[in-house]
Amino acid sequence: MQRVGDSLPVKWTLIVLALVLTALVLVVPLIEIVRQALAGGVGELLDNLTNTYTLSAIWLTLLIAVITVPLNVLFGTVLAWLVTRFRFLGRRLLQTLIDIPFAVSPVIAGLVYLLLYGRNGWLGQWLAGYDIQLMFAWPGMVLVTLFVTSPFVARELIPLMQAQGRQEEEAAVSLGARGAQLFYRITLPNIRSGLIYGAILTNARAMGEFGAVSVVSGMINGVTISLPLQVEQLYQDYNTVGSFVSALLLAMLAVLTLVIKGLLEWLAERRQQRHSKVAEDV
Amino acid sequence: MSITVDQISRQFGNTVALHPSSLDIKEGELVGLLGPSGSGKTTLLRIIAGLETPSAGRILFSGRDVTNLHPRNRRVGFVFQHYALFRHMTVFDNIAFGLKANAHRLSLGRQEITERVNELLGQIQLEAYAKRLPAQLSGGQQQRVALARALAVRPEVLLMDEPFGALDAKVRVELRRWLRHLHEQLGFTCVFVTHDQDEALELSDRVAVMSQGRVEQIAAPAQLYREPANRFVFDFLGTTNSFKGEVRDEQLYLGEQGTLRLPKVANGAAELVTRPHEISLSHSPSDSATLPAQVSAIAPIGAVVEVELQPFWEAPNLHVTLSPRDFEQASFAVGDTLYLHPHRLMLVDPHSTALTPVS
Repeated sequence: MQRVGDSLPVKWTLIVLALVLTALVLVVPLIEIVRQALAGGVGELLDNLTNTYTLSAIWLTLLIAVITVPLNVLFGTVLAWLVTRFRFLGRRLLQTLIDIPFAVSPVIAGLVYLLLYGRNGWLGQWLAGYDIQLMFAWPGMVLVTLFVTSPFVARELIPLMQAQGRQEEEAAVSLGARGAQLFYRITLPNIRSGLIYGAILTNARAMGEFGAVSVVSGMINGVTISLPLQVEQLYQDYNTVGSFVSALLLAMLAVLTLVIKGLLEWLAERRQQRHSKVAEDV
Repeated sequence: MSITVDQISRQFGNTVALHPSSLDIKEGELVGLLGPSGSGKTTLLRIIAGLETPSAGRILFSGRDVTNLHPRNRRVGFVFQHYALFRHMTVFDNIAFGLKANAHRLSLGRQEITERVNELLGQIQLEAYAKRLPAQLSGGQQQRVALARALAVRPEVLLMDEPFGALDAKVRVELRRWLRHLHEQLGFTCVFVTHDQDEALELSDRVAVMSQGRVEQIAAPAQLYREPANRFVFDFLGTTNSFKGEVRDEQLYLGEQGTLRLPKVANGAAELVTRPHEISLSHSPSDSATLPAQVSAIAPIGAVVEVELQPFWEAPNLHVTLSPRDFEQASFAVGDTLYLHPHRLMLVDPHSTALTPVS
């Protein structure tokens, strides 16, 4: 029996098309990165990997991610909570504003921060009075990365929390739950999957961000060069192998992120299955 | 615990969800709030629970003003329309939640909590399902878990929002009986919201009928049905037959074709209403059966036969219900002309829509 939409030629055309596109867009470039990184042999790869500048770039990239992800997880959760659990004037406007970092080109974001916090910017001048320099230093890079990645968690959580509604929270309150109990026992478990996914997207972008970071970095070797910036810099210096080694590192970090996400999903699924298994035993 | 609703009102922006309303609910009473959607019944229930803040007015529990008391501290059991079970917790943990949250106040140990939850699981006959997640239960089972969760902390007040709305007819009737039984056992004060008049009339000691943010009438089910305060209550509790015409010298004239003797009604335009089971049908006209109508449809629905008739005067179709035995004895078919004798009529006041029996 055939169901509506069952058509073998269509099905196989789509499958082949999807496979070919995936190969061209995803797999071939990834293989090329590995090939180029190994172009000078394993020794050269290790040399490039362990030189001071690369190590400092790795360190800086991880630092940016380590600061950005928790802050934006917190920010996104608070924002999503605010937008979905309260009614107030300007709620719609706020929901639109959340998307600005997505809508604006990161380069422009970097430029605005540079003009605002730079030596000639009015916030920058004020901070300089206290001997604090944000631009052309790692705090500035963290700042623009925070801006660029700020919507990911909220964007994941808002539809989820809207769909779930507030009734479970109301039920918990009417049963006598206090604020902390409410959050840790009801709200957090319900939004956990969205939170994890939002954090992973934030992390991927924080480590990979180029445009905004390049504007405020100042490109000081060994100090304000993160991995994406190093890829570009080495390539411009005709150090193709070095550039691709850094690119490979970034790709590996991305793959690692995906593996962690997969692992967390697998754990959640296993937990679910354990429950169903109990249910079947009964 | 008795509940006093004292001039409670609620506005959302410019829309009035609830006009100033008052209700007195006695300790141990089971009161249904009945009304169509948008009548303000859920708003009132949520205000009693403290989940919604009133714009004005007071809520008293046994004389104590709780208007500004946080819902956490009202110690009210609340059952939500879609149950709102904690989806990531097992049935056991759902029921235990309130006990754990109040463990300190109730001075309960882990052992006692487990015992009390198991006891409740027994009462709702779901012992075997303790380790399941809510999503793995049927609607009726979820509803029972929601009730057990609300009752676990032994609240003196139980509030329920459309408790049986999402269940199929058979489960609904079973759960109603079960709830009635539980209420008799535990003696809590209970207020529930429903749009189903059968549910309200069967379960409640008293029913408050609501419409457009107002309490139209509060009365015991039998009284409500016999003596509805106004046209809205009459319409909402069942099918209405309406006779609209002109009264002259104790006769109601319904166009050319129908007249009805109406002593005690003043001259002028008048509308009278009656229920489908308060009309008898005969094949030939008589002193009492004076209104001619043609049978347009006959529908046997279980315990009654519903007959739809098109009156000979300009008016919407009339509905009459007969017992199957009466229907067999009368023996008529679609297309026959019959004569109607309404034996209980209520006169509608044109301004207030209040109803007064005239026969």
